[in-house]
Amino acid sequence: MMIQFHSVAQFLAMGKYAAYVWPSYGLTLLVVVLNIFWARRLLAHAQRDARRRLVMQEERV
Amino acid sequence: MTWTWFHRLGSPPYVYRLAGRLTPWFGWSAAVLIVAGLYGGLVLAPPDYQQGDGFRIIYVHVPTAWLSLMVYTYMGIAAAVGLIWRIKVAHAVAAACAPVGASFTAVALATGSLFSKPMWGTWWVWTPRLTSELLLLFLYMGYMGLRASFDDTQRADRASAVLAVVGIVNVPIVHYSVVWWNDLHQASSVTLTGKDTMATSMLVPLLVSMLGFTLYFGALLLVRLRGEILRRERAAAWIREALA
Amino acid sequence: MPPSPSALTTPLTAARLVVTRDLMLAFRRPEQLLHPLAFYVLVTTLFTLSSATPERSVLRTLAPGVLWVAALLAALLALDFLFRDDAQDGTLEQYALSGQSLTWLLLGKTAAHWLLTGVPLAVMAPLMGYTLGVPGSASVGIMLTVALGSLALSFIGSIGAALTLGARRGGVLLAILILPLAAPILIFGSNATELAIRGQAYVAPMELLGAIVVLSFTLAPLAAAAAVRISLE
Repeated sequence: MMIQFHSVAQFLAMGKYAAYVWPSYGLTLLVVVLNIFWARRLLAHAQRDARRRLVMQEERV
Repeated sequence: MTWTWFHRLGSPPYVYRLAGRLTPWFGWSAAVLIVAGLYGGLVLAPPDYQQGDGFRIIYVHVPTAWLSLMVYTYMGIAAAVGLIWRIKVAHAVAAACAPVGASFTAVALATGSLFSKPMWGTWWVWTPRLTSELLLLFLYMGYMGLRASFDDTQRADRASAVLAVVGIVNVPIVHYSVVWWNDLHQASSVTLTGKDTMATSMLVPLLVSMLGFTLYFGALLLVRLRGEILRRERAAAWIREALA
Repeated sequence: MPPSPSALTTPLTAARLVVTRDLMLAFRRPEQLLHPLAFYVLVTTLFTLSSATPERSVLRTLAPGVLWVAALLAALLALDFLFRDDAQDGTLEQYALSGQSLTWLLLGKTAAHWLLTGVPLAVMAPLMGYTLGVPGSASVGIMLTVALGSLALSFIGSIGAALTLGARRGGVLLAILILPLAAPILIFGSNATELAIRGQAYVAPMELLGAIVVLSFTLAPLAAAAAVRISLE
């Protein structure tokens, strides 16, 4: 398999489909990254809340 | 035959720890495969005879569409297991799946539009496949909306589980719509045998990309699952150790 | 000790008793039934009023869509009182605890609901079609298609109504939940109505609609019963 494009300019142009190809890839990668953030945030919040609850329980004792 | 491994999967602390250990494996292998698949699709695959370089969109469209269906299937099965056997971990899996599935359904629809506009001159057609995929997005949103409307997590789990199971009927409709009806969307081209297979140089990056996205979903699920488990285990003793 | 009720009554009998009860109760307060019907008339009339130049031919082309969307919205409105009264006064709880199959009881309730809401809609539809420029010859076809479609809508809607029983802002949520499940009914139903209006054979989409009806009245009460039990927990 060989690289199909002869120049960076040709690669970016995507044979006149650039306006469709790059937004597609861009949107997909954006959502990929966002999901990673959301997942880690969900876990971090849940861990923080669980720690808080533990502290409150211990204080009650 | 020992079924202990299966029973352990119903134990929140066990799953919490296991998920934590597995996440890096899923995450990094996903990253490698996605980069390799997208590079192969963008740079190495030859341009299509009819669709030129525009066809390269399929390297993100097909994996995200695949994810949208696969994630709903997991969600529905987990919901059914949670409903029938009252297993909290199963409900946690279903809850973890939904936002991921919904976002990738939206991406599949968007990339599909971006593909169909240059190729067939229209952003949208009300064909069975596109319509049922749009309905899939509404099902995800309804699921998340129903969850959010309950204050009690257990009620939310069980009610949304019924909805998830009822909605499963849509998944085969989306998949087989191009077989049952004449559709603008092309019939299945991701086959390994038969007359309509794609050229290997085009197919391999697609398969790599699909596998990469699947593993990526696995990593996301593992992280979200841990969060959902913690949310459901208010006063459990194991949490103290697990968070230390 | 007297024998337990479930030993005397078969599920079908229980369902029939529920139907009779619901019909009797509804006729004591008929205003409730008029709301969805009035809504239907209003929506279709608004449509004719709002089109800038309501040319008969144009209206007729749009008629299937208008008739069906309005019917769907009216059905959503009507679903609100499928379970509401019984949930409030505790009857629903009694149904769940009765030892009778909740699935069959809900089958009866939903069937009664359709008789009270769907059938009037079906009868009204050709009249509203007339205001949209539809010829009278299509009346039977319109009535049959809307009747069948509203039957499926009642059953699928019962799942949503049961799920949103305990939820805040249930009405809006119900619409969001029902929409993806009701879409096939809308698609085939309006297709059948369109063919009927054009005077062509509408058997094919009716058969598909019929299949959806059969699926929904066998499976929907099961899901609705599960949802009701969850709401009553």
